[in-house]
Amino acid sequence: MIIGLTWTLIAIAGVVGLIGVVAGLLKMAPNDLILGGTALVELGLIVQVVVAIVAPLVGNDPTGDLLEFWIYLVTAVLMPPFAVIWGLVDRGRWATVTLGVVGLAIAIMVYRMHVIWTVQVA
Amino acid sequence: MSEQQSQRPRGIGRVLVVVYAILAIAATGRSVYQIISKFDEAPVAYALSAVAAVVYIVATIGLALGRRGAPIAWAAVSFELVGVLAVGVLSLTHPELFAHPSVWSTFGMGYLFIPLVLPFLGIWWLVSRRRALAPTPAAAV
Repeated sequence: MIIGLTWTLIAIAGVVGLIGVVAGLLKMAPNDLILGGTALVELGLIVQVVVAIVAPLVGNDPTGDLLEFWIYLVTAVLMPPFAVIWGLVDRGRWATVTLGVVGLAIAIMVYRMHVIWTVQVA
Repeated sequence: MSEQQSQRPRGIGRVLVVVYAILAIAATGRSVYQIISKFDEAPVAYALSAVAAVVYIVATIGLALGRRGAPIAWAAVSFELVGVLAVGVLSLTHPELFAHPSVWSTFGMGYLFIPLVLPFLGIWWLVSRRRALAPTPAAAV
């Protein structure tokens, strides 16, 4: 993994998550900012997929288990589209909260992926 | 809007379904990984992880179905509550059974105690929705 990309992704997903939860609680329906932010997170995750494929080929090997890493990454990539679809069915404030919760979950998952790749405690 | 759509969860219930779905995915992903890669190391804990994952999937589906899914949701959410409490206690009193982490070990500490909080939210949601729907007796499932 590339540390800069990892932290950028965690930061974007975390900020989108916080904005989503707060905006939703303030009764705002999903707007361009939150939807654009979610799209940005998805884009970042796709870049992460490419990086995760290329990195081991150029000598940046994971110290942890690749299988576990990929389970997280694939799940994370699938989450924003599902959240958007689920939110579009009922476009109220809670759709905004949903996008926020998913953003926060992705931030945690990317951090966990970073730990699997670089830090082995066991 | 069709009758069927109006039975689906609205509002904050939709957020609850999403949180359940995320936990279901997290538990399933982790469980699949544990069973593929190291089931022999801690069969009790990993079998339990698999059971927990299935229960979260069932609860997610039950809640997402709305009124029709209520009985399923009740069963799954109750099972979760008993599970997280029982395993939480056992993991403290008999740690040798749970040398490896499962979703419910130490009351779900590895998942920020979300597994401990969710069943209560689930029950609250099911109760409040039943109350909201009470005026239509035909709706009783």
